[in-house]
Amino acid sequence: MTAYIIRRLWQMVPTMAGVIVLVFILFNWIGGDPAYVLAGKISNQEQIDNIRRQLGVDQPYYVQLWIFVKQVLTGDFGASWSTNERVSNILATRLGPSLTVLVPLLFLDTALSLTLALAVAYVRGSLTDRMVMIVCTIGLSVSVLVYIIVFQYFFAYKLGWFPVQGWGNSFLENLFVYSSLPILIALVVSIAPNLRLYRTFFLDEINQDYVRTGRAKGLSENRIMWIHVLRNASIPIITHLMAGLPGLLLGAFLIERFFSIPGIGREVILAVERSDFPVIKALTVYVAFATMASNLLADLMYKAADPRVQLK
Amino acid sequence: MANEIALKAPARTAREVPHTVSPGLWALAWKRLKSDHVGMVSLAIVVVFILMMIASGTGLIAGDWSKEVGVNYAAPSFIGADIEAGAPAAPAAPAAPAIPATEYKSDVVDPLADVLAELKGEKKPRAASAEPPAAGAGEKSVDPLADVMADIRKDAKDKKAEVAEARLPTLPLGGDKWGRDVLKKTIKGSETSIFVGLAAAAVATFLGTLFGAIAGYYGKWVDDAFNWFYSVFNAIPYLLLILAVAAVLQQKGTLTIILILGLTGWTGTFRLIRGEYLKHKAREYVQAADAIGASNARRMFVHIFPNVSHVVLVQLSIYTVGFIKAEVILSFLGFGVPVDVVSWGSMLNEAQNELILGKWWQLAAAGTAMAILVTAFSLFTDALRDALDPKLKGLAGA
Repeated sequence: MTAYIIRRLWQMVPTMAGVIVLVFILFNWIGGDPAYVLAGKISNQEQIDNIRRQLGVDQPYYVQLWIFVKQVLTGDFGASWSTNERVSNILATRLGPSLTVLVPLLFLDTALSLTLALAVAYVRGSLTDRMVMIVCTIGLSVSVLVYIIVFQYFFAYKLGWFPVQGWGNSFLENLFVYSSLPILIALVVSIAPNLRLYRTFFLDEINQDYVRTGRAKGLSENRIMWIHVLRNASIPIITHLMAGLPGLLLGAFLIERFFSIPGIGREVILAVERSDFPVIKALTVYVAFATMASNLLADLMYKAADPRVQLK
Repeated sequence: MANEIALKAPARTAREVPHTVSPGLWALAWKRLKSDHVGMVSLAIVVVFILMMIASGTGLIAGDWSKEVGVNYAAPSFIGADIEAGAPAAPAAPAAPAIPATEYKSDVVDPLADVLAELKGEKKPRAASAEPPAAGAGEKSVDPLADVMADIRKDAKDKKAEVAEARLPTLPLGGDKWGRDVLKKTIKGSETSIFVGLAAAAVATFLGTLFGAIAGYYGKWVDDAFNWFYSVFNAIPYLLLILAVAAVLQQKGTLTIILILGLTGWTGTFRLIRGEYLKHKAREYVQAADAIGASNARRMFVHIFPNVSHVVLVQLSIYTVGFIKAEVILSFLGFGVPVDVVSWGSMLNEAQNELILGKWWQLAAAGTAMAILVTAFSLFTDALRDALDPKLKGLAGA
């Protein structure tokens, strides 16, 4: 097991190197000289000179690459070009609000879509099943933007059940007052695709022999569905959940923008608007690392969920 | 192409029944697709949208979408001239101001009245302070719209003919802030969105197929190199990668967004096509091609490719749906098409502010058009996949 983990960590090195080179090519080579990028955005010549010196723009590319590698290794990505705030500080302070919205969402979404998917898989082929699938298909086709715009207008603006936007200082206030509508909207948007996906996972299992055996020896339907089918279908579910996990670091771009939640998603959009490269570079590197780590974690969880899995 | 084959096939089978050439993959797939009613209806809808895109692109329809034909926020025709739209009463019945005036009194409680007045003020900013007495009863002076109404009425009297001719009170699907026809905007917007979706899907599928074919066919270190490339792209979440590229590419334009989506989206196809090529390169027909001296490129693209092309087609279709959605979000955020190009995303961006004023039609038009196309395209993709690869049907279907 330990040997497996070490080997997997070792295999991350070339991929991480690739990510660093890709980000470097994108921002230092294609992105070009920050003096041009920032022309019109920062008027202070001294500040631009400072940024150029930090990046070593006048140096050859391999020196610039080395500067970037050192930034990644030390975790010090310098300061934001537009606000001069430390990048590490930006990411640390914006992570909280993003997680306040996304962690409850992740739990609610998983619990609800798994339950509903088990239910419709159980009555597969029935009218209920087909109606749910039709609703999901149509629900999936409507743009996320339309959901957010309409829900925000209707529930917050028209009915006044929720604040239109904003963010407070206390955690509980944020969670229950400001996050509830964003979570509700994100739930509506994410349940449809997840329900459809989980349903196909369950359908693959529900006709297996062990289900019939379980019934034959008199297990309750609840036990068959929740214990046996769910556990056997857990590998693709884990894959799907773990693939979404690095998204927690990214926040929800649109939700945070609409509801003025000071999270990472909003920060990324702002950074793109202002050509604030250090923020995007830092986040890309961190999220790439998180993606690889969660892939590894997923593989370890396969083993826990299904002892037949051989890690090699 | 599939169409021609399908038209010929039944005639041939009718004449010489048993020993005919067995129908090919495409003929069979077309036959299966034809028996799938949902798939055929979806295909028809998709074709209508694509024809609309071509017609709009060549300027046959909606060429004059940017003309301000209606009043500001003209109401949709099926609702009739909306009272809140202000101006409609003026050119039609300048002699009967009593009815709109009483209607407006109910608006006094509307918390948005100020906003409405201000928005209308954009178009008619002339000082109305000289007019209040003429506007009528004293109680109406609390109505923030009274001034505007008076102004509009005066305008209407001044150039009645011109107003009546140039500005329509209602439009088929309503008008936007500048009085442009929402129906034409939606058509023009679908041209942009569908074109971007199709073109980006073509780029992504092409890259994915090319890389996958090379990696799968040559194997060994070539495969390792492409797999490394794939895992690098896969380590960065898709949306973040798109935003990063959008941040770096400063100039906005339709071509830019096609490239952004296409260059970042090839990974899924790569994985599938690589697997197919790994499977096919060991098959006997490829060995036979090798034996008769076919070059590597010929074996890859003339012999193997037709056998995996159904995977490519399904991928193209899946990508198109995904990229249409992505384009809408990018354009909404302002990283997509430039300002002078209308797309569903930029329409939704305008619609966000309009909804607060109660002008829901642009949101409804863009949202519905997109929902119809995406539903039809997704259902068509499912039908296409079932038709081309019947083995999968049990997995994905009911």
